Amino acid sequence: MSFRFIATILLAIQLLVGARAQTGGAPKTAALPDLIGYWVSVVTTMDWRFRMVVPPKGDYFGLRLTPAAMKIADAWDPARDDASGEQCKSYGAAGIMRIPGRLHIVWSDDKTLRVEFDAGTQTRFFHFGDGKAPATDVTWQGNSVAQWETSGSGGLKVVTTHMRSGYLRKNGVPYSENATMTEYFDLVHETAGDLRLIVTSNVEDPMYLQQPYINSVQFKKQADASGWDPTPCSARW
Amino acid sequence: MLGKVVIMFSSSTQRMKIHLPLFPMLLTLLCLPACAEIDLAGSWASVSQGDDVLLLADYTGIPYNEAGRAKALSYSQSQMSVPERVCLFYTQAQLFGGPFGLRISNETAPDGKVVAWTLAGWEDRAPMTIWMDGRPHPSDHAPHERTGFTTGRWEGNVLVSYTTHMKTGFIRRNGAQHSDQATLTIHFLRHGELLTLAATLDDPIYLSAPLYWSRSFRQTRGQVEQLAGPCIQGDEGVAEGVVPHYLPGQNPFIDEMNKSFHVPVVASQGGAETMYPEFRNKIKDGFVIIDKCTRCGGLGPGPRR
Repeated sequence: MSFRFIATILLAIQLLVGARAQTGGAPKTAALPDLIGYWVSVVTTMDWRFRMVVPPKGDYFGLRLTPAAMKIADAWDPARDDASGEQCKSYGAAGIMRIPGRLHIVWSDDKTLRVEFDAGTQTRFFHFGDGKAPATDVTWQGNSVAQWETSGSGGLKVVTTHMRSGYLRKNGVPYSENATMTEYFDLVHETAGDLRLIVTSNVEDPMYLQQPYINSVQFKKQADASGWDPTPCSARW
Repeated sequence: MLGKVVIMFSSSTQRMKIHLPLFPMLLTLLCLPACAEIDLAGSWASVSQGDDVLLLADYTGIPYNEAGRAKALSYSQSQMSVPERVCLFYTQAQLFGGPFGLRISNETAPDGKVVAWTLAGWEDRAPMTIWMDGRPHPSDHAPHERTGFTTGRWEGNVLVSYTTHMKTGFIRRNGAQHSDQATLTIHFLRHGELLTLAATLDDPIYLSAPLYWSRSFRQTRGQVEQLAGPCIQGDEGVAEGVVPHYLPGQNPFIDEMNKSFHVPVVASQGGAETMYPEFRNKIKDGFVIIDKCTRCGGLGPGPRR
């Protein structure tokens, strides 16, 4: 009887602690402090040629595209994007993490993380809890709702919708306005002292993807803003 | 010594006063869920392309030093048909290059405590046993095996494995190699049905900086593909006692990445600087987009292999 009572109390406290963390009552105080600062892309894996240079037209290796998407990718024309002022199509939320560059992560207010990118001079906002009502208009960076994870490996979870149609790769592999992206941000402490940020993303797009596009990218923490180099969007590089 | 917490309550029928050790209670409250080990067991399908399209002399993004680059450029793919080398396993570094999924299980002691996690082997990679029972790594002088020796620990909800005692093996199957002094550290990051392996390959012999990898998998109830059939010994007629190789400056495939993807040789030969954004400025001016893909592969519609 007494043990059951004690267990009940412990369980209740545990649920309260968990619920508080889940709702993100105080997102800024619950934050991983190491997330704040400057980060640089580290491109090492087999997708180097998809990220560090512009891949060939029609190269959608590794992606399960719908026929409609392949048609768009096969017709990609960077000159046309330039002419129509659409140079930022590969710098939208679903593509920008894979573009080599630097991130600057700061708190915009108590419930909003701001992530600045020097590549394309873009900014994403991660809204915690009810920090912002869902956007009605689509934008390159969409509307991102964030929460600290208390299950799994922990870290930060961000769900982004309302993205303006853009490119998953520089060579015109498209995602649509119906796409939803879920991202997980994890910090890894290296024995050499480096701090690494792993971003795993899952893009679901019934219009252009037959299967979710899941990939992970990595960044290394910098001590300062060294190398921060804001550049405009480019359709050709 | 550890302190006690007193819980008092009353009801119409009884009054109780319970003394409990404070420390274990606080530990319980603080650790759950943050300190809970998560279950990694199950089948995890590969969702990355791996190195299915692999060109010779592509070392882009590998922080090679001169010794590492020289070792890689000396490699001839015909070595695979030397009788002593056919059907050899790759090392655990193949986890980040191979196309297969993961099957993860654990071994428990009679008391239920996990003694080891096991990543089942592939047709070309031996199983990885991650010992969780605190046993030490072998002596520096102990023999090295392709499977290496791996221990693990939990950092919160993240399993961290550490592998030593590997033989010299491939970073990529195109001849990019790590030495037998290399160590591999992997963080297993689970988010629901997604599992990301974030790895660090340290190699004091061939790398000038750690090589970072990350690769994601998705949990599946189906059987993940790990075998593509038995290894069939090839015979290219390599004469006995001959080890195919290229002498310095004579690798004929050094510009394969340039021919196929317009990636300049200065990039395909690797080096720490090729991992970072600034390197793009070096190759930007001479780069021309390829208007038609001829060596790109591509999955297209239909089942993925």
